[in-house]
This record gives sequence, C-alpha cells and structure tokens, in this order.
Amino acid sequence: MTISRRKFLNILTVGSTACLALMTPITSWAAWASDAFNATKPEDAYKNLFGSPDLIESDEVKLKVPKIAENGGAVPVSIKTTMKNVESISIFVKDNPQPLTATFQILAGTIPNVSTRIRLAQTSTVTAVIKADGKLFSKSQEVKVTIGGCGG
Amino acid sequence: MKVKAKVKNNITSVRVLAKHPMETGRRINKETGEKIPAKYIQELTCEYDGKVVFLAQFGTSVSQNPYLAFSFEGGKKGDSLSLRWNDNTGDVEKTDAKIK
Repeated sequence: MTISRRKFLNILTVGSTACLALMTPITSWAAWASDAFNATKPEDAYKNLFGSPDLIESDEVKLKVPKIAENGGAVPVSIKTTMKNVESISIFVKDNPQPLTATFQILAGTIPNVSTRIRLAQTSTVTAVIKADGKLFSKSQEVKVTIGGCGG
Repeated sequence: MKVKAKVKNNITSVRVLAKHPMETGRRINKETGEKIPAKYIQELTCEYDGKVVFLAQFGTSVSQNPYLAFSFEGGKKGDSLSLRWNDNTGDVEKTDAKIK
C-alpha cells in the first residue's frame, strides 16, 4: 500500500495534535517521581525533582546527542562526567509535553556514564542535569527533528 | 528483556534492550478515534550480589523498546545480574543475565 503525500502530511498533523492534547491522568506510584514526570514545564520538573530550578551550566557534563535527528522517535543520548560524588543524572527535553524523560540514580559503585534512546516530539533543546555534591550542573544542546517522535 | 553484561578492568558494562510499547497515552487510534491508554516503563533496576547497582526512572519520552547502557564497579565473570522493570499498569518483567 502506498501512502500519498497528502495522507503522509495528515498523519504528521494528527501525530502532533496528539502530542499537544492534554495528558491523561497517570496513576501515581510510590517511588516513581510522578510530580516531576507529570510536570509540563522544564522549570516545574526541575523544582519537583530536585527541589530547585537553579542549574549551573558546566562543560564537565558531557552530553552527546545528534544535532539533527531524522527520526524523533529514537534519538540516542549519552551523558557522562568525571565529577565526583554524582548523585543522579537526568534528561529533559524542553519542548516535549512532559519534559522530564528519564532520571538515573548514581549509587555507590555506579559509573556516571549512561546511554539511552529518547523521543522528541519536535525540534527541542535537550538538557542533561547532573546532581553532584548537592549542586545541579547542566549542559544543553539543540536537536533538530525532521519527523516527530510523539506518534510513535 | 535482552541483557548483555561484560566485565573488563573490574568494571561491568551492561546493555539492556527491554521490549515494551512505551505508549504515551497521547496517541489516538485512527480507526476508533479513541486514545490508546498509556503504558510505559516507570522503573528499571539492576541488582548484583544482593545490592542495587543501577536504578532508572522513565517517563513517556523514552523510546519504544527502551535501550539502556550503564556500568558499575566490580562484578565477576560468571556471576549473574538480576534486572527488573515495572510499568504504570503494574506489569513486571524480570531477567537474569550472566556477566561475560
């Protein structure tokens, strides 16, 4: 079955409308940081997750994401650092309906170096936040998306 | 869940590929016009030697069939790791993997 150009564009429009639609209420779960994950603005997500929205820009946070992603549905992200006393590593996508994407706890013995694949609903800034010594260090990069990832 | 774990220089690196739809709850079924209910992994843990060595919390913006790579200090060849995820609907999957 071939998809016409018009139909393809329609699919894109429906996809992005779905992205903008209100989120369905999500049942909260004890240990899971539901307030932070359900926040719709990055600042609220920072506050709910860390208790503070104040981030310090730092080149010690090594964030590796592509500048251009053809498919917003699976964008590879790697974050690492040489900082000591790292407590957590978190990923935020500014323009996603829910900016907080994932948060990793760095326990004693865990190496502060993680990789995963994330969704971007549209072109957006991706921010990595590392909590170390009680402070929040961040690094951001813009990722251009040609096909959004919200439709799946 | 597919897991590959390898130890080198006393550091165990683990790669995980979990099979999961990661439905955001915002997608609409085009035939019925109804929303597809959210179903996504919320937490993934890795235990080694009775201790949690890695803990991840996911939201809906993690890709379908989530991929994860991490590493921790220690680990012995032949020992096993136990991994577990649970999603927002209460489903749980556990997998054991041997360190190579």
